[in-house]
Amino acid sequence: MMIPHSNPPHHFFSNHEKKTSFLRLWSNQLLTTLCVLFSFFTLVPLFSLLYLLIHKGLPLLHFSVFTKLPPPPGLHGGGFGNAIIGTITMVGIATLLSAPIGILGAIYISEYAPHSSLTATVRFIAKLLTGIPSIICGAFAFALVVLHTGQFSALAGGAALSILMLPTILLTSEQALMGVPSSYRDASYGLGATPFQTIWRIVLPEALPAMMMGMMLAVARAAGETAPVLFTALFSQQWASSIMEPTASLSVLIYNFSALPYHYQVQMAWTASLVLVAMVTGTNILAQLLFRRKFQ
Amino acid sequence: MSAPAFIPKNRYRRRRDYFRCFCWIAAVIIIFLLGLIIDEIFTKALPAIRHFGWHFLTSSEWRPNRDLYGVLPMLFGTAVSSLLALLLALPLGLAVALFLSENFLPRPLRQLMRMIVEMLAATPSVVYGLWGIFTLVPLVQHYGEIVVHHCGWIPFLHGPAYGNSLLTASLVLALMVLPTIAAISRASLVAIPETLREGAYALGATRWETITRVLLPYAAPGIVAASILAFGRAMGETMAVAMLIGNSQRLTLSIFSPSNTLSALLANQFSEAEGLQINALMYAAFILILLTLGTNIIGELVLRRTQRALGGGS
Repeated sequence: MMIPHSNPPHHFFSNHEKKTSFLRLWSNQLLTTLCVLFSFFTLVPLFSLLYLLIHKGLPLLHFSVFTKLPPPPGLHGGGFGNAIIGTITMVGIATLLSAPIGILGAIYISEYAPHSSLTATVRFIAKLLTGIPSIICGAFAFALVVLHTGQFSALAGGAALSILMLPTILLTSEQALMGVPSSYRDASYGLGATPFQTIWRIVLPEALPAMMMGMMLAVARAAGETAPVLFTALFSQQWASSIMEPTASLSVLIYNFSALPYHYQVQMAWTASLVLVAMVTGTNILAQLLFRRKFQ
Repeated sequence: MSAPAFIPKNRYRRRRDYFRCFCWIAAVIIIFLLGLIIDEIFTKALPAIRHFGWHFLTSSEWRPNRDLYGVLPMLFGTAVSSLLALLLALPLGLAVALFLSENFLPRPLRQLMRMIVEMLAATPSVVYGLWGIFTLVPLVQHYGEIVVHHCGWIPFLHGPAYGNSLLTASLVLALMVLPTIAAISRASLVAIPETLREGAYALGATRWETITRVLLPYAAPGIVAASILAFGRAMGETMAVAMLIGNSQRLTLSIFSPSNTLSALLANQFSEAEGLQINALMYAAFILILLTLGTNIIGELVLRRTQRALGGGS
């Protein structure tokens, strides 16, 4: 609400009041400027990052990096095809493991028992799980899978990533289900449908786009993670032939190559970073484009 | 929202709802998962806990070749790097939160800022690490030497200055927790009833008098929660830190010297560990999980309390 005001006559304020009001307005301006400057200061690292990604990553970005194997230390050529496949495989395993549990759990806490103490507990635990360091997921999968099967594998990496994805999928699915108007449910029950019919035919189709969006955000986040797969899937110079052997991933390739003293390998780390950031950002944007429309 | 009680007892109703059972099982799995994680790591850590006991926390020797393990330097590095990151990120995060919730600049620009903060949050940790190697490490090395030369007598600032140091890790951590602080602070700023702001304006307060005396005090619990959660996140952050902190196993008190954190220790040593070293690393992981879990529980409780005080909230 804007109230039209004219400037008060100049004798309206005493001289003293004029001074303080000047000070107040001046400090107001100063703080506004500072706040905007501080905010724009956060742009500097991001633009620096984007510039370096393109400047250092683009020169080696040919089609062949998607199809070839990583070069041994010190040698030129090659690519990181196996790492891209490895990342996709492990994120796929993680999604298969976490999506059913996350979605079914979300249906339980949102549809079957929204006010029970079990629901409150699940919600709280899920929030805590989102705060678990990703390296702990790795340590857990190491203890549970690697030590039992006796080898590093894509399965262990996928298991570690699934723990990371589970709380995100659960919480976003719950949000999606809560976004469905309760009048839909009332109408369905009013027509004599059972809870299962209501959920399966009315609520889920309506919540699906938002759920898919949450899932894709979880997938994007998992694809960029390094710590959980670092010592569960390890790394491999070869194409993987099964999910029970050490598997390369883009993020671990970046980590390994960034520490090497060879210029070419570091260049390749930048190219891999560019591809990884493009994959992650692409998934994010795709999720928003495909599914936001209905959500908002 | 739950199934109402007045559903007629038709043939569907009388049958057991197996789907409900599946959903219940999934919900219970999530509860047990946290317990399972803690239990599994504790079990694997048990030999080391029995062997070293509390001495593990106070010893600063980490020598796998002699089976001597202590994490004092890593505890110090974790605490200091996270605290420093929080101190750096808090003013910036608050500025961004205010920028996003106030109308300093037109809406499209705010939308742009929001997208940028989201991009900062979505960038993989390992890419931050790579970026840090190329930008932060030379910067810290260069300006560190100048600072050490002029202010070396101040505690925690003595030399020699290295590029891979506690400060470098803190800088990148600050960047990584900034979105957390900005998002949660913004949510608590937006949740403030509009009447408070209008009241302050009506009394003749300027915009910043309103912000500093009305809005920020009202949103303070939310900002505190944001800081606590960001602190927890900083403690658990691994890859960027492991690439930038220098991974020194010695206890050093300068922010310009290489250091180590619990998570970076795990990242560096797990893949080649054997025997007792695995147990010692699991012990370190157990300490890390207790630290982050404790911080997160406090943060969530504070956040929950503020949301209740604000009457619901998101």
